[in-house]
Amino acid sequence: MLTPHSESDAAYVIRNAAAQGTKLAICGGNTRSGFGNITSAEETLSSRGLAGIVDYERAEMVMTAKAGTPVAEIEAALDENRQMMAFEPMDHRGIMGTHGASFGEPTIGGVFAANASGPRRLVAGAARDSLLGIRFINGQGQAIRAGGRVMKNVTGLDLTKLLAGSHGTLGFLTEVTFRVLPVPQTVETVVVSGLDDAAAAKAMAAAMALPVEVSGAAHLPASVKGRFLNGALPAKADGAEATVLRLEGLAASVAVRAEKLAAVMEAFGPVSRLGSEESRTLWREIRDVHPYADGTQKPLWRVSVAPSVGHQLVAALRLEAGVDAFYDWQGGLVWMRMEADPEAELLRRYIRALGGGHATLMRAFDAVRAGTPAFEPLPDAVAALSARVKQKLDPAGIFSPAKMG
Amino acid sequence: MSEAIRFLPPRQTVLSRRAAIVADLADLLPPECLVHEERELVPFETDAFISYRRLPLAVALPRTTAQVAAVMKYCHRCGIPVVPRGAGTSLSGGAIPQEDAIVLGLSKMSRILEVDYANRTATVQAGVTNLSISETVGIDGFFYAPDPSSQLACTIGGNIGMNSGGAHCLKYGVTTNNLLGVKMVLVDGTVIELGGKHLDAAGYDLLGLVCGSEGQLGIVTEATVRLIAKPEGARPVLFGFETSEEAGACVADIIGSGIIPVAIEFMDKPAIEICEAFAQAGYPLDVGALLIVEVEGSDAEMDAMLASIVEIARRHGVKTVRECQSATEAALIWKGRKSAFGATGRIADYICMDGTVPLGKLPYVLNKTSEIVERFGLRVANVFHAGDGNMHPLILFNANDPADAAKAEEAGNEILKLCVDAGGCLTGEHGVGIEKRDLMRHQYSDADLAQQMAVRSAFDEGWILNPSKVFPLEGRE
Repeated sequence: MLTPHSESDAAYVIRNAAAQGTKLAICGGNTRSGFGNITSAEETLSSRGLAGIVDYERAEMVMTAKAGTPVAEIEAALDENRQMMAFEPMDHRGIMGTHGASFGEPTIGGVFAANASGPRRLVAGAARDSLLGIRFINGQGQAIRAGGRVMKNVTGLDLTKLLAGSHGTLGFLTEVTFRVLPVPQTVETVVVSGLDDAAAAKAMAAAMALPVEVSGAAHLPASVKGRFLNGALPAKADGAEATVLRLEGLAASVAVRAEKLAAVMEAFGPVSRLGSEESRTLWREIRDVHPYADGTQKPLWRVSVAPSVGHQLVAALRLEAGVDAFYDWQGGLVWMRMEADPEAELLRRYIRALGGGHATLMRAFDAVRAGTPAFEPLPDAVAALSARVKQKLDPAGIFSPAKMG
Repeated sequence: MSEAIRFLPPRQTVLSRRAAIVADLADLLPPECLVHEERELVPFETDAFISYRRLPLAVALPRTTAQVAAVMKYCHRCGIPVVPRGAGTSLSGGAIPQEDAIVLGLSKMSRILEVDYANRTATVQAGVTNLSISETVGIDGFFYAPDPSSQLACTIGGNIGMNSGGAHCLKYGVTTNNLLGVKMVLVDGTVIELGGKHLDAAGYDLLGLVCGSEGQLGIVTEATVRLIAKPEGARPVLFGFETSEEAGACVADIIGSGIIPVAIEFMDKPAIEICEAFAQAGYPLDVGALLIVEVEGSDAEMDAMLASIVEIARRHGVKTVRECQSATEAALIWKGRKSAFGATGRIADYICMDGTVPLGKLPYVLNKTSEIVERFGLRVANVFHAGDGNMHPLILFNANDPADAAKAEEAGNEILKLCVDAGGCLTGEHGVGIEKRDLMRHQYSDADLAQQMAVRSAFDEGWILNPSKVFPLEGRE
C-alpha cells in the first residue's frame, strides 16, 4: 500500500503511476473498500499518511483537515466544542464487515469521497452540502484546489461537489474544508407504533409538513425493530412496527414541538416518546444500519427513491423475492437485505416504474458482485457525459478503473 | 458604456451568415418565438450589469424542451454561440450577449408543472419566477427557501445558472442545496435528466456541477426543487451600533454562540440613509451600522433566541434595539433592506460587489473597503448578508463620466482581491459573468483553472455556450 505523507509526495506517486499506466485503488482507512464494482487496480493508494486537523475556526464553524484524518479524531475535536457534522456521516464498518486489524479507521476524506450522510440529510443536506472546499491530486499528478472556506461561493465550476461522492475515481483527496454546526441542546423522538409501511409513509409525510422541524423520519418494521436499542423501542405489542420522528434544538422549544407533533400523530397510531440519551443511540443505530450489521454477506441494497414510493417498491419486490427492509429519510432511503439473490434487474425495473431513483449494491458474495453493477447503470447520454468528465480529470484512467461503471 | 472588459471577437463566419441563420431558426420555432428585428433585440442587449451592451444576432424564446433542443442542435452544428437568459437580472453580466450569439431566453417556459406535497417537491419550467413557487405553495404551508432580492423577476433557470442565494440562506442554504433534479439540453441537443424527487442522484454529482455553471454546461429547461414547511412565525429585530466594527464583531459572536438565525443583514451608515430616505422604514439615523436579525419558530422559541441575541448585542455596545410588535412593523423593516439596490439606483449609478469573507474578517474588510473607495474619490454603501460573510459594497459613481466609471471598476476589483486575500472568494451569489472573469487568476492557480476548463470542455468542446464568461479569455485550452 502506498501511503504518501505529503501532498507533493502524493502528486509524485500519481505522476509516476500515470506515466507507467499503473492502476491505483484509492482509499482512506479502507473501511468502505467494498463499495462499487470490483476494480482491476494494481496498487492501493491510501490517504492515511495525510492526517491531522489543519485549522478549526470554532466561531466560524469551519474546519479544515487532511484527508486521512480519522473521523474519530474530528468528532472528538468537534465534541469538545459542542459542534458536529450536521450530515451525520455513516460509519460503514458494521454493514461492510470492515472492523478489525486488516482495516484502518474511517477517514474524513473517505466520508466525503463516499458522500456518506445519515438521517439528518433529510433537512440538513448531504455531506456534499457541508463540503466547502477541497485539495486533490488529479490523474496527471497535479495538485488542484477547488472551492474555499466560505459558505457562499459561486466562483467558477463547483468541482468540490463533483469530487464528493466520486469514490476516488476522479482524484485523490488530500485536504477537505467543511462547515460544522452546533450540537442541539436536546433531542427527543416521537414514536408512533403499529403502522404498516404504507400508513407510516403517510404519517411521516404529515410530520414533515408541520412547522415543527422534524430532523429525522424513519420507519422500522417489525422484522428489524427489535434490533434497535437492544429491543427497548416502545410498542403497543411485541413485534409491532415503530415509526420514529426526531426533534432537536433548545430544550424548551423541543418540548413544545414534541407536544404539537404528538397531537397530530395520535391520529395515526399510539404515540410514545424517547428522551435525549435513547434518541441519540437510536439515531446512531439508524445511521449505521444496525439491523444489517449482521456479519453476513447477504446482498444489501441502499435504495434512493422519492419518499412516498419507498414502501411501494418493497411491497412489489416482496411478491417475488425474499427481502427485509427498513426506511430512513421519510421513506426515501430504503435499506434492503435480500435473502438470496440480489435481484438487481427486478429491483431496478421497479425503481424506474415508480418514477426513478437508484439502487447501490453495498455488499454481496464476490461471485455475485462480479456479475452485478454496484451502482445504478446510467442512461446512455449521462453515462457518456460522465465518462468524458472522468477523462478530463483522469486522462490515463488510473484511478479505480471500473469502480463506478 | 464601459470597455475595460473584453468579449471574444465575433465569429465572422457567423456574422456573415446572419440572414441565413435567422431563416433557419424560423424553421425551428414558431414566429412569436423568434426575435430578429434590430429594435426588438435592444431589450436583450444587456442585463442588470448595464455598463456593457452587445446586440445579439437573434433571440430564440422557445416554449418547449424540444424547441430548445432543436435550437441547440442547430447552433452546435453551425458553431453559433448561445447565451442563455432567464429574466436578465444578472448583476455580473451573465446574460449579456455578443454580436455573433443567439440569446436563448426561457421566459416563455413559465409553468409550474407539478407540486407534490407528500415528497415536498415542486417541478417547474426554467422560466418560472423564484417568487411564484413560494406564492403557489404558500397557501398550503410551504415555501421555496432561496430568496434573491430580485425574486419577483428572476427565474429558477437563472437561479440555477448562478447558484443564487438570498437573505434567508443562512439557515436553508443556497440554490444548490435546494435543487433535487433538472431536465437539461446538452450542447448538441441531447436531452438528459439529472436527479429527480429522490434526495441524491446516481453517479457523479453532475447536478452539483451544473448548478452555478453560468449557462456553460447546457440549458436547464425544467427543475425539481425542495419545498420546506413554513415556520409558525418569523420575527426580525433591528440593532443599531455606533460603528461597523461593533456590528461586525456582534455578527461573529451570534454565529459563534451556536444560534443560527434565518438571516443576519448588515447596513452601514450610507446604506441606512439611502434606504430610510426611500422606504421610510423607521431606521435610526444616529447610528453607524445596523443589523437586521431574523429568527423563526413558535413565539416561545423566538422569544428565547431573541433574548440570547439581544444579550450578545448588548455586550457589543448596541445603541438601538427595536423588536417588532406587529407583522406590519416586520414587513417595514424588511422593506427598507429589500429596496436597498433600487433606492441606491435613484441617487447614483452603482456597481455591486459580491465577495464573501470569513466572518472573523468582516470588520477588517469593511474598513479596508472604505479606504479603497475613498482613495478613488468615490462613495460606498454596504448592505449585505453578514451571517455568511457575503459582502455587497455598492460603489456609487456617475455612469455619464467615463473616468468615474473606470475608477469604480478599479475600486471594485481591488475590493474583490481584498476578499480573496482575506480567505474568501470573488463571488458569493451573483456569479462571475464577465464582471469578475479577469480576476479569476487572483483566486485560482493556472492548474486549478485549467482543470475547471477541462471539465467544462467535457460538456461543450467547441465553447459555444456563453463563451465570453467566467474564464479569462487568455490561456483557454
